[in-house]
Amino acid sequence: MIEAELSHSVQRWCKGATGVTGAAKLSGGASQETWRFDIEHPDGAIGAILRRSPKGYGAAPTRAAGLAAEARLMQLACEAGVPSPRVMHVLVPEDDLGTGFVMQRVEGETIARKILRDDEYAAARPHLARQIGGILADLHKLPQDKLPALRSRNATQEIGEFERDYRSLNWPKPVFELALRWLRDHDPGPGAETTLVHGDFRNGNLIIGPDGIRAVLDWELAHLGDPMEDLGWVCVNSWRFGEIDKPVGGFGSREELFAGYEAAGRNVDPARVKFWEVMGTLRWGIMCGGMMQRFREGPDHSMERAMIGRRASETEIDLLRLLVPRGS
Amino acid sequence: MQDEPTPVELTKAVADFLRSDIAPLISGHQAFKLRVAINILDLVTRQLTLEEGSDAKEVERLHALLGLDGSVMDLNRVLAERIAKGEMDLATPGLAEHLWATTMEKLAVDQPNYASYKRELSRDS
Repeated sequence: MIEAELSHSVQRWCKGATGVTGAAKLSGGASQETWRFDIEHPDGAIGAILRRSPKGYGAAPTRAAGLAAEARLMQLACEAGVPSPRVMHVLVPEDDLGTGFVMQRVEGETIARKILRDDEYAAARPHLARQIGGILADLHKLPQDKLPALRSRNATQEIGEFERDYRSLNWPKPVFELALRWLRDHDPGPGAETTLVHGDFRNGNLIIGPDGIRAVLDWELAHLGDPMEDLGWVCVNSWRFGEIDKPVGGFGSREELFAGYEAAGRNVDPARVKFWEVMGTLRWGIMCGGMMQRFREGPDHSMERAMIGRRASETEIDLLRLLVPRGS
Repeated sequence: MQDEPTPVELTKAVADFLRSDIAPLISGHQAFKLRVAINILDLVTRQLTLEEGSDAKEVERLHALLGLDGSVMDLNRVLAERIAKGEMDLATPGLAEHLWATTMEKLAVDQPNYASYKRELSRDS
């Protein structure tokens, strides 16, 4: 039981802690798990979250920054005023919990459909697109000399990587081929600047309360690259959850996003943002294909994975809507 | 020839049983998994109903575009290769219309509630 290991761990680094209660697994990819638990403390329980690769899962996927880098980025973000949970402890071998880190739990909602529909968030919704712009600008301003080692990818390299992923699926998709051609023809080349890129900034990876965005999660895909990538990814239709006329996560308009970004002192290149939106749509489509492949070949023969495989066609219609829109 | 009831009738009967009799009895993660299972049966039912017709129309369009005969898989492979080589693109007469028609038919099976699909469907009517 994980509570025993957690209990031993917290007593070593959290002064006064006597143990833990209520450990529950929140989500589990194959190589990364998230657990919630409460640290028992004389001053009152402390809500906490563990992100870890369980023992036996050594190597992270090649695109992942690694949990140590993730912890460092969250610390830096927190210090710079980007909404982020406070990192409390980076796991060491004596914790016997694998690799990863413990952070303070931020209360709020991550389920996109609830944020987009429930009355509780009605007052926050009209402000979220602009707030996202401001947060992304602050994130892109994080000083590079303090960042952990991260992979660096420009647009050309990313197209090449996605094309390789797609071809390895052996899954002839004329719409994906068309998107790959479009991306090659519209490749903006190396960016005017290279910054930290969050890499998975979207509805679903944000903790939101009635007051707005409280934390940015999942820094797993952080890298160095074109800052416009984050602005394009947050606009991908797959994260609008039905609110297709509100491009920024189903919350609001591109204009609001751009205004928030520019108000924080950074410039937007709308053509590059569009390029990354197309790239992001294809990226999610290829990821759906990867799910199908793992469902077929891997040990995880789950229904959920199989059904995500069938969501690739959603990205096909979205690519057509971006590249060959019909009427209006 | 196989006996009846047909696969469509059978998958429908199972989905209806799970929806009406089992779903009200369970909760939590098992209820979530059950919903996924019911969605799969519904998808399979739609595919069994629609696939024959949509594949036939797709092959017909591919034949006209490529000037070749073959299975729907083979012809898609050829089309994908020609687009990859730059031999066909959005300037090719009929290609955009073909991709739109094919994609709409896929969504009708995979995700008829997807908002982009519903928007495009309302344009067609």
